[in-house]
Amino acid sequence: MGRYVARRLLATVVVVWLVTLISFSIMHLVPGDPALVMAGVGASADQVQRIREQFGLDAPFLVRLSRWYAGLLRGNLGDSILLGRTVARAIIERIPATLSLAALAFGLTVVLGVVLGTLAAVRQNTWVDQVIMTLAVVGVSVPNFWLGLLLIILFSVMLDWLPAGGYVPLAEDPGAWLRALVLPAVSLALLQVGLVVRITRATVVETLRQDFVRTARSKGLAGWVVVGKHAFGNVTIPVITVLGITVSLLLSGSVVVETVFSVPGLGRLMATAILARDYPVIQGGLLVTALLFAGVNLVVDVLYAWLDPRIRYQ
Amino acid sequence: MSAAALPGRPVPVSWAAGRRGLRRATRHGLLLTGAALCSGVLALALLADAIQVQQPERMRIRDAFAAPGASYPFGADNLGRDVYSRVIHGARFSLLIGLATVVLTAGAGTALGSLAGYFRSWDEPVMRVMDALMSFPAILLAVAITAALGPSATNAVIALAAVYTPRTARILRASVLVVREMEYVQAVYAVGASHLRVLLLHVLPNCLGPLIVQLTFVFAYAVLAEAALSFLGMGPPPPAPTWGNIIAEGRDYLREAPWICLFPGAAISATVLGLNLLGDGLRDVLDPRMAVDGG
Repeated sequence: MGRYVARRLLATVVVVWLVTLISFSIMHLVPGDPALVMAGVGASADQVQRIREQFGLDAPFLVRLSRWYAGLLRGNLGDSILLGRTVARAIIERIPATLSLAALAFGLTVVLGVVLGTLAAVRQNTWVDQVIMTLAVVGVSVPNFWLGLLLIILFSVMLDWLPAGGYVPLAEDPGAWLRALVLPAVSLALLQVGLVVRITRATVVETLRQDFVRTARSKGLAGWVVVGKHAFGNVTIPVITVLGITVSLLLSGSVVVETVFSVPGLGRLMATAILARDYPVIQGGLLVTALLFAGVNLVVDVLYAWLDPRIRYQ
Repeated sequence: MSAAALPGRPVPVSWAAGRRGLRRATRHGLLLTGAALCSGVLALALLADAIQVQQPERMRIRDAFAAPGASYPFGADNLGRDVYSRVIHGARFSLLIGLATVVLTAGAGTALGSLAGYFRSWDEPVMRVMDALMSFPAILLAVAITAALGPSATNAVIALAAVYTPRTARILRASVLVVREMEYVQAVYAVGASHLRVLLLHVLPNCLGPLIVQLTFVFAYAVLAEAALSFLGMGPPPPAPTWGNIIAEGRDYLREAPWICLFPGAAISATVLGLNLLGDGLRDVLDPRMAVDGG
C-alpha cells in the first residue's frame, strides 16, 4: 500500500508541475501584446507601458516563468489588475461560497444519484427503471445555467419562495445560507446526478448477475441484504470514480451557476476576471482549481487501492 | 468462441459484423429517437433561411417583448427581434461549432492516443500531459483559452478541442493497447509490415467503435459547453444568435419576457438529448462490452 501511494504521489507531482506550467502558458498565448489587451481599448501608450512594467511583461518568457515559480513557492500568485489586492487574497475570500455550494451539490449528487441508480437497477426493466433512466438522460442534457434561470422564474419570480441568488455566510445565518444556496445547488447537481444514476445502475445490474449474488440469494437472504451488503462493496469502486469526476464538473459548473445566481464564489470571480481580462486572477484561479482537482484525484486513487487490493499490485 | 466476443476486446470490423450492427441499430429505440432528434435540429439549421419568420437580426422596437403569438411564434426579445428566427439560426452555430470540435478532437485524439498506445516510449510523456490538461475543469479551461485567444467561433472550437482531446486520447489509447497485442497484429508485423502500416490499416480500424461512441458524446458536451461559453460572453460575440447569447441577453428580462430564455434553452436540451441518446444507442451497437444491458 505504501509503495502504491508513493507511486501515485510521484505521478501527481509531475501532473501538478505540468498544471502550473499550463496555467502560466495559457495566459501568455495571447496573440500580440498582453499589456495592450489588459489595458483595454483606448488606453494611452503610457498606461500600456505602466502595465507592462508593473506585471513584468517586458521580460523574456523564461524570466517571467521563473518569476512565476519563485512567487508560487512563496504562495504568491501575483496581483489582480482590477481588484486592488493579491490574487491569493481574492481567491481565499471567494472560497467559502464555492465550497458551500459545491458541498451542497455534492451531497445531493451522492444521495440522489446512488439511491435512484440502485433503485433503477433493482427494479430493472420496470416503469420505475424507465422513469429514472429517462430523467437521468434528460438531466445530463439540460444546460445548468438554463435550468438555473427556469428555477429562478418558478421559485423566485412566480412563487416567491426562495431568493434568486446572493450568498449569506453560514456562520452568520444558517437558514439564510441554505435558502440562498438551494436553487444554485440543485442546478449545479442535476448533471452529476444524471451521471451517477447511470453508472450506479450499470454497476449494480452487472454485480447482481455475479455468482456470489446468486449464492447469497439461494441462501435465502432478503433482497435488501443482498443488495445493501453483498453487492454494495463491488459497486463502490466505479461509483467513486464517477464521484471523483463530479468534483471537476462541480468546479466547472460553478463558473456558470455562480454567474446566474450572483454567488460571490471562485467561479464568479473567474467569470468576471475573464470578461475584464484580469489575467493574473484567471491564471491563479485556474491553478487553484486544477490543484484542488488533482488532489481529489489522488484521494480517489488511494481510496480505490484501499477498497480493492488488486489495484495495489498492478 | 471468437476473440471478438471476449470481454474487454474491441470487436473487429467485418461485413458480417457491420450487417449485424445495422440490424441492431434499426431495431434500437434509443438510437432511433436520438437520430430523429438530431436530424430534426439539423433540418432546422439547414432550412433556417427558408423557415424563418424574419431576419434574425431585424429589430422592431415597438414589438419589443411581444408575447409568443402568430407574428412571433416564440415571442420577441428586448429589441423586438423574433426569438423563433434567432433560435433556428442558432442551431447553425451550435452544430457547426460542435462538428468542428468533433473533427479537431478526432484528429488530435487519434494521433495522441495511438502515439501513446502503440509506441510505448511515448506513453508516459503524452499521457501525463493529458492528465494535466484533464485536471482543469472543462468549462474553466475552455473559458481561459478563449479569454487568451479572444471570443470567436474559431477560438471556441480550439478551446473545446483542447478540453476534449485528452479524454478522447485516453479512450483510444486503451483500445490500441488491447488491439496491438492481438495475434493477427503480431502476424501482420511478422510478415514485415511497417509500424505505420500496422497502426493505420490493422490497429486503428478495430478501435473505431469506442472512438465513434466517444465522439458522439464529445459532440453533446461541445454543444453544452459552447452554450455556456456564449452565455459567459466568450463565444461568437453578439448579435450572433447563438443559443448561449440569446439566453444571456434574455436573462435580464426573466420577469417581463421569460420566453426569450425558454426557447433557446429548450433547443439546447433537445439537441444534447438527441446526441446523448444517439451515443447511448451507438454504444450498445458498436461497443457491446460497454453496453449496460449486455447484448
